[in-house]
Amino acid sequence: MSTSAPTAVNVLDNTFDDPTRRAPLVVGDNDFHSVTEAVCGIVERPKAPPAWWIAFFISVSITGVLFAMIAYLVTTGIGVWGLQVPVAWGWAIVNFVFWVGIGHAGTLISAILFLLRQKWRTSINRFAEGMTIFAVVCAGVFPGIHVGRVWVAYWLAPIPNQMSMWPNFRSPLLWDVFAVGTYATVSLLFWYMGMIPDLATIRNRAKSKVRWFIYGVLSLGWRSSNRHWHRFEMAYLLLAALATPLVLSVHSVVSFDFAVAIVPGWHTTIFPPYFVAGAIFSGFAMVVTLVIPTRKYFHLEEIITLRHLENMAKIMLATGMMVGLAYSTEFFIAWYSGNAYEAFTFLNRAFGPYRWAYWIMVTCNVVVPQIFWFKRMRTKIAVLWVASILINVGMWFERFVIVVSSLSRDFVPTSWGYYRPSIVDILTLVGSFGLFMTLFLLFVRFLPIVGMAEVKGVMPQAHLRDVAVQGHGDYHGDILTEREERNA
Amino acid sequence: MSADTVTQTESSRAREPYGLVAGFDKIDEFLDAVRAVRRAGFTKWDTHTPFVVHGLDDAMGIKPTKLPFVVFGAGLTGCAAGIGLQWFTNAFNYQFPISGKPMFSLPANIPIAFEMTILFAAISALIGMLAFNGLPRLSHPLHSSRLIKRATDDLFLVSIEAGDPAFDPVTTRELLESLGAMSVEAVEG
Repeated sequence: MSTSAPTAVNVLDNTFDDPTRRAPLVVGDNDFHSVTEAVCGIVERPKAPPAWWIAFFISVSITGVLFAMIAYLVTTGIGVWGLQVPVAWGWAIVNFVFWVGIGHAGTLISAILFLLRQKWRTSINRFAEGMTIFAVVCAGVFPGIHVGRVWVAYWLAPIPNQMSMWPNFRSPLLWDVFAVGTYATVSLLFWYMGMIPDLATIRNRAKSKVRWFIYGVLSLGWRSSNRHWHRFEMAYLLLAALATPLVLSVHSVVSFDFAVAIVPGWHTTIFPPYFVAGAIFSGFAMVVTLVIPTRKYFHLEEIITLRHLENMAKIMLATGMMVGLAYSTEFFIAWYSGNAYEAFTFLNRAFGPYRWAYWIMVTCNVVVPQIFWFKRMRTKIAVLWVASILINVGMWFERFVIVVSSLSRDFVPTSWGYYRPSIVDILTLVGSFGLFMTLFLLFVRFLPIVGMAEVKGVMPQAHLRDVAVQGHGDYHGDILTEREERNA
Repeated sequence: MSADTVTQTESSRAREPYGLVAGFDKIDEFLDAVRAVRRAGFTKWDTHTPFVVHGLDDAMGIKPTKLPFVVFGAGLTGCAAGIGLQWFTNAFNYQFPISGKPMFSLPANIPIAFEMTILFAAISALIGMLAFNGLPRLSHPLHSSRLIKRATDDLFLVSIEAGDPAFDPVTTRELLESLGAMSVEAVEG
């Protein structure tokens, strides 16, 4: 750590731990205009770079596989999957829980870190919110096709129908429909609203009529007025305050699907917090997996800095430990409760036929994040990237273990069996990654991937030059209020 | 600058002026100018900034928005709608007798009521914000301004409308220039 106080703008390493110095969140020789250039430059390239086309082609092809598998499923029936009673919930539910969980990091970054005034969120929040929406889209596919007869999927919603029947509102599965539906809607609103000023930036830089028109319509005629900003900020704050309990509720409700059932291994009160911690854990891992190649490829290293990656590594360490605590608590309660079925279930998980999945889960989710105790590991990008992928793998297996190991050993030993996915199961999961990546690549190409207006607000230039008269807080560029001025 | 290629107002035709726009590139000078403009007694004026500048609302004398009340009302509506929906569908219109449980009980209805509260409130926050701001409004005289295109980039602007009683094309321009504006632009209506 250097002892000379560097001027904030030309520090390149901002991962120092000196609490007396404020770490710059944008490094290098950047000003407001260079941030605009760096972010808009990505969208304004006349032609997409070849690597983008290659990635897009691959992703679209894989998405094609997804739709082919769905078509096969719908025309043939749910038997094309590896489902068998009692494992009537298979990969579709595993994938659903996995994808919904991925989304949670986006809302955590955009809403909870906003309320906690974590300024570093500004560089990555747009990106993470985008990821949330695409993950929820992927998640939404699975329950939709899992109902088997997709043409009656509208029975999920309380719509008057020819049977004069209503859905049962005491069912957690119906709560799920509302929770995920609300989550998708609110995430989309939040994402879009935050993007309006940045879309206006792209509009104002448009060199063709078509761009001017498209981004003009998308930005709704935003003219940066402070009278508008005033209400915008209030709306943003309100949405953050609404999204915070929402994000905690969504995975809680998803966990009710399991916890309200009486299957040993599912019927536990620890599920809601355990699921939420796991969701945030996996979501941050996915943000890291995506942001590392993106910042490198589009040269955003000065805006999405090493400190941002390090902070995310710390969150992964913390949430990984929470998940580890949940695993051990489950074991403890299985023993302490004295319930024979519960004890069997957990021994079966760790040492039964699915032990390989269980130990993949423990290794990836509990052991791997331990490397983040060391700063050298947190700041080594290759290590971070590989670890984030392993965590994603581990979190997928967590859901697999919960769903399959409990169901395959139910109360009647004669029905015990070994669940195997079919090739259709596997290709559907692979295909959902194609859908996710396709949406992500379109986002990177056509929309501002960094919240420019928010990043500018936390840059050193946004503060008053004369430090002696700096006003309250330093979340945004601060100026003295009249009252403070009078008192000064 | 891309500004000149797109949507340039025809200056040959004599039109009602919209007003004056002054650009500042330093926050300190901008703030002083905002205070001076307010002190000069203007009422139809605004500032345009690339990001939220905290305390600027106070310097401009903007009253707190009523948006939170709208959102609160919408949240309550959503909550009532959620409970009402569950009561109507499961306890009134099509009764679900399950294990002798009561037809209607609040605890089982909380998750849906909660989600509907959030949903209604969130939608009203966005729509309310846009409605109070008079957006979407795709056509506005300011969009033809050269300076305003930089208010989404790196410039801080003060705009004063010609319709303001205290507005005078010459003295207002002189005032803005004396406040250290790097550029003052007349915008046509």
